[in-house]
Amino acid sequence: MPEYILEVRHLSKMYKDGLEAVRDISFSIKKDETVGLLGPNGAGKTSTISMILGVLEPTSGEIDIFGKSLARSRTEILSRMNFTATYTFLPGNLTVSQNLYIFSLLYAVSHPRERVKELLHEFDLERYADTKTGVLSSGELSRVNLAKALLNEPELLLLDEPTASLDPSSADIMRKKIKAYQEERSGVGIVWTSHNMNEIEEVCDRVLFISHGKILLDGNPRTLPQEHGKKNLEELFIAVAREPLALQ
Amino acid sequence: MIRIYAIFLRQVLLIRRSIHRLLGIFYWALLDLLLWGFLTVYLHKVGQDRLSGITVLIGTVVLWNFLMRVQQGVGVSFLEDVWARNLMSLLASPLSIREYMSGLVVVGTTSAFFSLAIMTAVAWLLFSYNIFQFGFLMIPFVAILFLFGLGLGIFTTAMILRFGPSSEILAWSIPALIPPFSGVFYPVATLPKALQYIAFILPSSHVFEGMRAAVFTSRVDWQNLILGFLLAFLFVIASFFFLHRSYRYVLRNGLLTRFSTE
Repeated sequence: MPEYILEVRHLSKMYKDGLEAVRDISFSIKKDETVGLLGPNGAGKTSTISMILGVLEPTSGEIDIFGKSLARSRTEILSRMNFTATYTFLPGNLTVSQNLYIFSLLYAVSHPRERVKELLHEFDLERYADTKTGVLSSGELSRVNLAKALLNEPELLLLDEPTASLDPSSADIMRKKIKAYQEERSGVGIVWTSHNMNEIEEVCDRVLFISHGKILLDGNPRTLPQEHGKKNLEELFIAVAREPLALQ
Repeated sequence: MIRIYAIFLRQVLLIRRSIHRLLGIFYWALLDLLLWGFLTVYLHKVGQDRLSGITVLIGTVVLWNFLMRVQQGVGVSFLEDVWARNLMSLLASPLSIREYMSGLVVVGTTSAFFSLAIMTAVAWLLFSYNIFQFGFLMIPFVAILFLFGLGLGIFTTAMILRFGPSSEILAWSIPALIPPFSGVFYPVATLPKALQYIAFILPSSHVFEGMRAAVFTSRVDWQNLILGFLLAFLFVIASFFFLHRSYRYVLRNGLLTRFSTE
């Protein structure tokens, strides 16, 4: 088995209008590792995640997941990973259990009904099982989205701002659920984006700071601020966002 | 196969929970059938024997609506995912665009045959019109219109994918362009010469002309039907090719996210 779950090599994305969203970035994620992808809005985080999900074609570069090329083994790779993002939705006109069931079929989960039941219980969603997804609150929706992301027991989990619309208590519950999932199964890698620096410090083993499509910093979220003369991760984030050249 | 079934099931669950979606499968078709059915009854009465073959209109209306149901079964099912802003979640899963379209094709096929069965029954009950009077000819008629409907459904899906959710009007306007040139309600010879060339390249016109020929002359123009079948088949291939190109364009330009935001 390869040491790395995800390997990104010299990845670039230039759009038709000349915008260079991602510029020659390379990074890798090991098993059991949680890596934070940080950066200001428009830094290239979502473009990077979209390319890892196979819904955005890179201009150049390669993505290997589980030791296989994403371009060549898309279906096999995607059935072993999953994601949740603020900009993706589940059909609001289907119930929670119907949505989870449909996605369990898409991910070819071996015992879909049992797995859906298990997740409804785990995420305290049993009473919403027959409720249309469209009428749920944002907190409930986030739980449903995370349940969907864990349907196939992914080995690589991409979380694009998973707690963005949650109150501190719900966000804390979500973080604990995600970390518990990772601890229960060995070898799970997580890519986590967030604008909440305390959250990143709490959950990530490593962070990558992206600005203007480039990786500027790579290191431990607890020691990186001091290494760059900043008090904390938030200060470092502000510095990356405002004066990226000073940190290069 | 399981992923194709998932797409089919997603639409079935949607229809099952919504009476207006279920009615939509045959509501417009039945309205058309009632309108043209009663018109033919009236024309038959006033025209006596001179208009005895007018009832063929009921047959053409039934089959025209079958074609529309196939197209809308594919195109509107795709729009359901656009409206639900669900496309990104689906296409970032192991589901391939080919499996996704196959699922929509199964939805279109099922709803179209369901609608055809109901229209056939209503035509027989209300107007004593037996669509099976054409015997085995029904097979090429239905096959050509089915393929053409699929092609239209795939083509409109590809157009919406390429130009974004705001172009959803294409799902209704593209098929609306077809009947004036297809000879659904009148023979193709009624059209000006230039428009007859357009009719010639439409597979549907070969079916409706074939139906009229069978009723009025008792002859079957097999050459015309084979041509209609080939045209429909080529149209399906071309539509798939266009869909594939549109999808690649969307992936290259990062346009899938606009289906979550627009």
